[in-house]
Amino acid sequence: MRAARPLGGRVVSRTFLAALVIVLVALYFLAKRFMFGLGAVTNLNDGYPWGLWIAYDVVTGTAIGCGGYSMALLVYVFNKGRYHPLVRPAVMTSMFGYTLAGVAVFFDIGRYWHIYNLFLPWYANPDSVLLEVALCIALYSLVLWIEFAPTFLAHWHASRWRTRLDRAMFVFIALGILLPTMHQSSLGTMMIAAGQKLSPLWQTAWLPLLFLMTAVIMGYAAVVFESTLLANRYGLPGENRILGKLSGGVVWLVAGYLVVRFADVILRGQLGLAFKGDLAANMFWIENALFLLPLVMLAGKSGRGRPRVLFLAAASLLLAGGVYRFDCYLIGFNPGNGWHYFPAVPEIVITLGLISVELMAYLWFVKRLPVYREA
Amino acid sequence: MQIKRRDFLKTVAGGAALAAAPSITMASDAVRRLPGAVGILYDSTLCIGCQVCTVACKEANNMPPEFSGNQRRWDNPVDLSARTLSIIKEYESGNRHHKDHAQDGYAFVKRQCMHCVDPPCTTACPASALTKDPQNGMVTYNKDACIGCRYCEVACPFEIPKFQWDRPFPQIVKCQLCAHLLAKGRIPACCHQCPTGASLFGPVAGLLAEARRRQQMTAGKTYDFPLSSLASGKTRTHRAGKYIPHIYGEHENGGTQVLYLAGVSFDKLGLPDLPERPYTALARSIQHTLYRGLVAPIVVFGGLMVLVARRTKDKE
Ligand code: SF4
Ligand code: SF4
Ligand code: SF4
Repeated sequence: MRAARPLGGRVVSRTFLAALVIVLVALYFLAKRFMFGLGAVTNLNDGYPWGLWIAYDVVTGTAIGCGGYSMALLVYVFNKGRYHPLVRPAVMTSMFGYTLAGVAVFFDIGRYWHIYNLFLPWYANPDSVLLEVALCIALYSLVLWIEFAPTFLAHWHASRWRTRLDRAMFVFIALGILLPTMHQSSLGTMMIAAGQKLSPLWQTAWLPLLFLMTAVIMGYAAVVFESTLLANRYGLPGENRILGKLSGGVVWLVAGYLVVRFADVILRGQLGLAFKGDLAANMFWIENALFLLPLVMLAGKSGRGRPRVLFLAAASLLLAGGVYRFDCYLIGFNPGNGWHYFPAVPEIVITLGLISVELMAYLWFVKRLPVYREA
Repeated sequence: MQIKRRDFLKTVAGGAALAAAPSITMASDAVRRLPGAVGILYDSTLCIGCQVCTVACKEANNMPPEFSGNQRRWDNPVDLSARTLSIIKEYESGNRHHKDHAQDGYAFVKRQCMHCVDPPCTTACPASALTKDPQNGMVTYNKDACIGCRYCEVACPFEIPKFQWDRPFPQIVKCQLCAHLLAKGRIPACCHQCPTGASLFGPVAGLLAEARRRQQMTAGKTYDFPLSSLASGKTRTHRAGKYIPHIYGEHENGGTQVLYLAGVSFDKLGLPDLPERPYTALARSIQHTLYRGLVAPIVVFGGLMVLVARRTKDKE
């Protein structure tokens, strides 16, 4: 077996510098946000109290960060050991996704200096879905750092600590499967509270199941997306064979999801809304087409053998899951009463800033730490 | 070992079945009205739209004036906001000639927190910053608990909690039924000042009885209507309006402690048509089914640990 090694090369590349510029602009807007309030940089309002930061940074970002979760499910629950080489890079991107979601929450909540209240038993409200989501995400971010720690320790040649950690690792791996199962489904349950404000095309008691399924799908898609991209960019041999096999499994998952999704809308008698030709209806079809397309692309064995097809199918699935999340949290959400929302420029820049931080950290990690195995 | 694994998968499948349960068994989780509940009966047919209640509310709660449009001389909010906790809005149709008529008419409606029997905001709030008083049922806010996540705004079907978007250290703002006045044995400012009795304070049971009495009245005949509060002993004489046969808030969203009577249908007045079971009650029952006492997560966690430990050993 080939060992994982740092990819090497200069960290401060042109991409890195471009990301840095975005981060600096974002920092300026963040200073504004903390000095003058959320209204100074966002278009959020009392009708749309949640916007881009929740819909993308937290709800979509953590789902893209489900690679580590999805791979752990596959390797440990379904005992597919051959996928093991994909686990470490997946855990790394998950770690970034979740950590930055945590950071984004800090920007978004109005009374951030009170966040520790969630950990105080006399304030924590066990009936609140948001409480469960917040605690799970906080804990899981920590778990991801611990799961990734051996890679750091290898870098620092701290082998004594490494063996100690390895012995306890099963606890963290188990937590790393339990926690995302809990909070990714709860991210769906959370929008049940929106009640009649969420269009019946999305409002259903099955939200938790649909969110969980799409999170697992997006997790696999993120792994395939990243591996094929990296293989291309850095001339790595890639893991085409196992990625193809993995994609074969994803086909079934996506098919299962679409069955549940449509059965739900049809059985609730709401399919008619999909033919109204309005924004919600269009988004409903775009969202589901993005799920269906990869299904067609990956159905044949020949398609699954081509990195290009794998890449495009994965991209489509990531987009599909993202659109589904945006539909549930923003586009299908209509409080009525004349409220509307579209993210403000500073709001978008701050989100781009977070993505840039993620990219910069990613470049440093893969070039300096033994994450990927090389030829 | 294979058998163990199957057992584990069964546990997982069991979990999935549990997830399905809430949609099948709509458990009898309906929250009942508190015996000591107090609230407001707002009668749109008695309201003259004078906005005395809006002003009284601002005074009682130290809320700054609000300007809309270019006019900057007096307070003229157009809707509830972080500066306006109670407001009178108007329904208008056609030539606006007849009060409380759906056609060519107009009607007033007071908007404020409904003090729900099973409030979606208190269920949603992760930090127990919004709580319902166990005695009188008023829903109040504690800024020392609030983290500013605004989930209460997402969850409230009446769009009542408002956020101070323009402040670096913002709070949630909403009607708290003048809790500070109730504590001193007084009544909410809006009801205290209302000149017609359109806003009437009292125990919810008494208000419901009063609402039913009004529904029996013959339109056009004169009756006595209590002023300010059921216990005030003061009354005003009015001609009864033509009520639609519906007490809004009796059942909506599991019931509310602020109740409405009107001469035009409530959807025209902007009050949402809500099911009797709050959506948050569904979310809550899903959470309780899956996580009660954390039993299921702990069992699954145990199973996962065994499984992962075995897999790791296998590899070695
Ligand atoms: S009306 Fe809204 S804010 Fe008031 S108690 Fe009900 S859910 Fe809470
Ligand atoms: S904004 Fe404050 S009151 Fe509203 S749900 Fe969040 S913590 Fe609770
Ligand atoms: S004070 Fe009474 S009559 Fe005047 S607007 Fe308010 S509820 Fe209507």
